[in-house]
Amino acid sequence: MKNKIIRSIFIVPVILYSLLLIALPIIYVLIISFYKNDSYGGMIRTFTLENYMSIFNSVYIGIFLKSFLIAVITMFICMIISYPFALAVSHKNAKTQSIFMTLVMVPFLTNSLIRMYGWIVLLRKNGVINQVLLSLNIIKNPLNLMYNNLGIVIGMVYTLLPFMILPLYSSISTIDYRLLEASSDLGANKWKTFTKVILPITFPALFNGGLMVFTPALGFFFIVDLLGGGKIMILGNLIKNQFLTARNWPFGAAIAILLIIITYILIMIYRKIGGKMDDLGA
Amino acid sequence: MRNNKLLDNIVIISVFIFLFLPIFVLILFSFNTSELNIIFEGFTLHWYKDLFYNRSLLEALINTLLVALSSTIISTIIGTISAYGLYKYDFKGKKIINELLYIPIVIPEIVLGISLLSIYTLMKMELGMFTLILAHITFSIPFVIVSVRSSLTSMDPNLEQAASDLGADSLTTFFRVILPSLVPGILSGAELAFSLSLDDVVISYFTAGPGSNTLPLHIYSIIKTGVTPDVNALISLMLLTIFIVLTISMVISLRKIKGDER
Repeated sequence: MKNKIIRSIFIVPVILYSLLLIALPIIYVLIISFYKNDSYGGMIRTFTLENYMSIFNSVYIGIFLKSFLIAVITMFICMIISYPFALAVSHKNAKTQSIFMTLVMVPFLTNSLIRMYGWIVLLRKNGVINQVLLSLNIIKNPLNLMYNNLGIVIGMVYTLLPFMILPLYSSISTIDYRLLEASSDLGANKWKTFTKVILPITFPALFNGGLMVFTPALGFFFIVDLLGGGKIMILGNLIKNQFLTARNWPFGAAIAILLIIITYILIMIYRKIGGKMDDLGA
Repeated sequence: MRNNKLLDNIVIISVFIFLFLPIFVLILFSFNTSELNIIFEGFTLHWYKDLFYNRSLLEALINTLLVALSSTIISTIIGTISAYGLYKYDFKGKKIINELLYIPIVIPEIVLGISLLSIYTLMKMELGMFTLILAHITFSIPFVIVSVRSSLTSMDPNLEQAASDLGADSLTTFFRVILPSLVPGILSGAELAFSLSLDDVVISYFTAGPGSNTLPLHIYSIIKTGVTPDVNALISLMLLTIFIVLTISMVISLRKIKGDER
């Protein structure tokens, strides 16, 4: 009897939590996505596929493509920065490695919006970067560094970079050094060692990083709002607008469900290539 | 294999410049006599004094800390209990629960944000501090569970057996034997929960209401009209606090590495 009570102390909270705060809200969003929107911002309880159909409207297809493009570019830039960085850090001694990896995390302990504000101060027309370049006579007219795609990508890469660096670093730092020595003893050059030894070993980590950069990049509406200048929209902005300004919840819900489906397809692939769920996000 | 040290250092330094540039700029302008955050005109501590008279800013700061602290404490307790429950006991539907727990980690934040907003609306819950804290607890718990679980799996399984052989019941075993050996996992889980809460913009955007303005939401609302340097001053003070805490924890972990090398 007593053991039964103890057992329920340990398992009831997690069951309640995952059903009430994770499953229920998402199931409700799934249900809403089949409702119909009335013209007063309310919902009519029916069953319609209309919301999913209107995703294929050319306006929204454009937003989808734009979102994917921004997310893919962000992901690739993060990879291009993270690999050399993680490799360079792994060449240092244990103490330096630990200091460097802690330093990587320092900016991310401030709020992401605050850091975006820092970028605005740097990038805007009369911002720090333009002022410096102008006063050094490198440029004659201020550059448009934000309120365009460039600004958005800078903001996204900056915000999501650690999610690529961390898994890559922890995977690279476990590579047996003798493996790399063997590769070079056998006559492989650096590039060959990278593509034939390092890349295959770190591939699950690379995919992990890619996943944790790509999917959030579809949703970060505030980065697009602040650094994109209000004209550019990604999926996150579209969902936000449907829920808060246009008040068409069923359509917003349908896009959210689509985002969930995309995420789960990527996760299935990640699991197929041997990635562990507990390695994601931490 | 010989590594090019110079190239390594160039790569590391350029990444760190990229990472710290926006933060250094904010700190620099917190000492600027000009109000405009554009050109550095002269040194002043004026904005640090102003900070204490900016009521809406201070209120936002207090809300932010309140949400972060309470959601961290609650999610750490629930997360620790849950991680042990999932490790020790088998029950119907455990597989499904385990899958559900990954959802807040992997889905885009905006999806969780609008899901919670929808369910709050369905339940006719008024948006405010409570809904905001509940949302932060929701996205923090899985991270705590993952963190504590990694401590649990590296624990010696004989420990628990020994405790029960010596006559301890399962609660005593949990508090006296299991919990102490989980402390590193629990602490890193709590740390993660706290920083996730401080960092969050997207989920707070949907789940906060009037009267629960947090710092990021406050800055979001004033960013288009222009941010005054007292905000920079506040950010600088927060950074200073974070830096002190980090330095202390780094010194501790460096000692550990030294110990391991011996």
